Amino acid sequence: MYGAQLPSLVPLLPGLVLGIGAMALLMLGVFRGQSFGRVVDFIAIVLLVVAGAVLVALPPGKLTTFGGSFVVDDFARFLKVLALIGSAAAILMSLDYAERERQQRFEFSVLVLLSTLGMLMLISAADLIALYLGLELMSLPLYVVAASHRDSLRATEAGLKYFVLGALSSGMLLYGASLVYGFTGTVSFSGIAHAAGQETGAGGTGLIFGIVFLFAGFCFKVSVVPFHMWTPDVYEGAPTPVTAFFAAAPKVAGIAMFVRTAVMAFPGITGQWQQILVFVSIASMALGSFAAIGQRNIKRLMAYSSIGHMGFALIGLAAGTSEGVQGVLIYAAIYVTMTLGVFAVILAMRRSGGMVETIDQLAGLARTNPTMAFFMAMLLFSLAGIPPLAGFFAKFYVFLAAIKAGLYVLAVIGVVTSVVGAYYYLAIVKIMYFDEPAESFYSMPAELRLVLIVCGLFNILFFVYPGPLVGVASAAASSLF
Amino acid sequence: MTSWPILSVVTFLPLAGAVFIAFLSEDPAGVRNARWVALWTTLIVFAISLILVWRFDPSNGDFQFLEKHPWLGGTINYEMGVDGISLPFVILTTGLMPICILASWTAIESRVREYMVAFLVLETLMVGTFCALDLVLFYLFFEGGLIPMFLIIGVWGGPRRVYASFKFFLYTLLGSVLMLLAIMAMYWNAGTTDIPTLLHHAFPRSLQTWAWLAFLASFAVKMPMWPVHTWLPDAHVEAPTAGSVILAAILLKMGGYGFLRFSLPMFPEASQQLAPLIYALSVVAIVYTSLVALVQEDMKKLIAYSSVAHMGFVTMGIFAVTAQGVAGGIFQMISHGIVSAALFLCVGVVYDRMHTREIAAYGGLVNRMPLYAFTFMMFTLANVGLPGTSGFVGEFLTLIGTFRVNTWVATLATLGTILSAAYALWLYRKIVFGRLEKPSLFSIRDMGWRELAIFVPLIVLTLILGVYPKPVLDFSSASVTQLIDNYRHALAAAQTAGQTASLGR
Repeated sequence: MYGAQLPSLVPLLPGLVLGIGAMALLMLGVFRGQSFGRVVDFIAIVLLVVAGAVLVALPPGKLTTFGGSFVVDDFARFLKVLALIGSAAAILMSLDYAERERQQRFEFSVLVLLSTLGMLMLISAADLIALYLGLELMSLPLYVVAASHRDSLRATEAGLKYFVLGALSSGMLLYGASLVYGFTGTVSFSGIAHAAGQETGAGGTGLIFGIVFLFAGFCFKVSVVPFHMWTPDVYEGAPTPVTAFFAAAPKVAGIAMFVRTAVMAFPGITGQWQQILVFVSIASMALGSFAAIGQRNIKRLMAYSSIGHMGFALIGLAAGTSEGVQGVLIYAAIYVTMTLGVFAVILAMRRSGGMVETIDQLAGLARTNPTMAFFMAMLLFSLAGIPPLAGFFAKFYVFLAAIKAGLYVLAVIGVVTSVVGAYYYLAIVKIMYFDEPAESFYSMPAELRLVLIVCGLFNILFFVYPGPLVGVASAAASSLF
Repeated sequence: MTSWPILSVVTFLPLAGAVFIAFLSEDPAGVRNARWVALWTTLIVFAISLILVWRFDPSNGDFQFLEKHPWLGGTINYEMGVDGISLPFVILTTGLMPICILASWTAIESRVREYMVAFLVLETLMVGTFCALDLVLFYLFFEGGLIPMFLIIGVWGGPRRVYASFKFFLYTLLGSVLMLLAIMAMYWNAGTTDIPTLLHHAFPRSLQTWAWLAFLASFAVKMPMWPVHTWLPDAHVEAPTAGSVILAAILLKMGGYGFLRFSLPMFPEASQQLAPLIYALSVVAIVYTSLVALVQEDMKKLIAYSSVAHMGFVTMGIFAVTAQGVAGGIFQMISHGIVSAALFLCVGVVYDRMHTREIAAYGGLVNRMPLYAFTFMMFTLANVGLPGTSGFVGEFLTLIGTFRVNTWVATLATLGTILSAAYALWLYRKIVFGRLEKPSLFSIRDMGWRELAIFVPLIVLTLILGVYPKPVLDFSSASVTQLIDNYRHALAAAQTAGQTASLGR
């Protein structure tokens, strides 16, 4: 038995880098004071990069530790890299904001690091307890950063709302997990899959109850209908760099947890949870596209947009096949780049009166700042899923999987809502390109420009050489099956 | 065979020009350079595309100048090639682009660089659409064209440009996404999106019907067919002159090209079964939109409705699936590409001077603008389909082709040609003839050298193709024959299979 000896720590290395680093940074910040914030931020970014490098350098293949509850496979590697990129970009984009708004607090970077550690844990979790641990470690810092503007009414409201609803959803998730444990007698995904495969009669219903509660908790974390209500308020209320962080990395981790649980723990009863996902994704796509039309605040609009996009991503999971998971992974990767790019623009919407957030303020951007407007327009077309931009390929792969799985109704509703969604993205392009210019913004800080240009070029040029990402995603997806 | 990827060069060279222009400065010198770079790029692309004509083997009905590279992995590849059906459209596109650039030379004053970039990107996407030999790649080009066109209408358009650009974008997108789903279903059924393979793949019956309808949703909007044509008049009216030209001459042809390339050969059973639907829509388009054209007060709107009517002949001819019908459909599209482009340019000439497109604002132009009167006359008659102009050949062939299959449809469609004479000549009389009474027109200038340079090639082409259409017809005949043979074989095979199945029962 391995009980006597220490479990292998090798698969944990990236997480250990973040965890130890975060604690060291905390010490540094506490003893050196707030003036050290900038240094802490840079070190945090370096730590994230190092963690990514360690992750890539891990021995190939499937690594497990802690009795199989922590798994590093290609699926985990793919999504962990994405989560690290998302977090690093979020810290990078917060630099200028923190300086100008006099909100320089080293705690932000430390909290982001800790939250990212939770994400790494969550993405690798292969039993229900590890999953819950990872989830809470990810979420608690998020509640705090959401309310980090403690003098702002809006931000504290957002933080409180997020916390209360988040706690509720965690409760549901725990309740579902305990039901699943009660009816299968195990918390490990492979054990649940084994038990569920043999499930007969009465036990089946109980297990499905458990799945429903479990999925309700997941839906809250990735913010899909009907558990989306917190999203617009939190997106709008939280400080913008925090919103940029929320929009990318935690979504990736949430998707990872959703996919891994559904595929690894409940593979034999796909028919049972497929209906839930079909409903959830149709509802999210519809709400995301219709509700966004009326929004004037760009952060709120991006919240609805994210709800819609999560609905599209879940189409791939609803298909329940390896192609579907491949689609989800591609979607997640492309979505992260699109959303980071857009938030780089939102963070640069600053003029003499301070930050502005309504989309009308972008009026005539094509004349006052053509480069920014061009990349923003391309990102918006990409979000709308117009070829040849990357967003098209994201949708292409999930719909491809849906068609193969025979989910025709879902696919048709999906594409129709994507046309509705195109309307509000076009509306922003219209404001930037067709309308008379408003007062111009301050010039974009270098790091935001970097993020915008990298994300924009990725989206524009993806079609030239899509092979690598598609191939890696395919390998990652097949590692789950 | 060629050793260099000539089709990729023709497709992507405009993009290179666009990137170059994007880096030019914004001062007057940069603007002038942008115009010249755009003109030279399109001229060079046109010259290279003429090499295609030179090397093309018209006796071979298969795809030529093939290129194939791995792209999305699996069976989805980057694959280019042209046959006798697509090559004429490629030439039409590359040939019209320099004309469009010239037509925008002085008409576009603001944001010239962006305008030229948008046009060159659009050229890449249009040429790519006609050259792509992979369904996903085709879709990429086909849909990608929406972005530059949306911007062209929205930024440089008329007063209601926002409404028109949104309508154009969303209408087309809605049709196309359904086609995308059909493409995916075809992929899972056939295991590939390679067009030459799919042309010989027998799809199951139920899939054929659904996929055919999905493709119809896309192409009918693009074409446009009645009743989904309503975006066209709006888009045409609001677009700048060159935008209207591209819309009418090339973007509309993508619908017809799609029917020929996909609907007919890939879903033969569904095409045969649903042809009456197409006939009905075509006849309604021809008669109804001609009547609508009669009451228009805006020149561009009138020509836009006449485009819908002329496209009705094309769909009718294609789905008659006779040698004359299909060849006539292709010829009609090429001819309409030239004639409607020229008509929009004619409107552009007076619009640039008077800044109004209202028919009532003109009258008696022949007194001040004899050259213009002659040019306009030329294309009005070609639009009517007067023998001796290219318009006649296309309409005549499609009518003959359809007559052999369905007499009633052909008869009703012929009625449409009478109506087209009515509205076209009425428009001409209102604008050019009569007394020169409006004071604003007393000082109007006749066409300058730049405008003449635009029109002369178009006039020559219209006349040559009118009296000697053989070059275009010869070009496509081998491919058309092959298309129709394949169609017949597929139908026969399906019928035998059906009989065997029923005997077995």
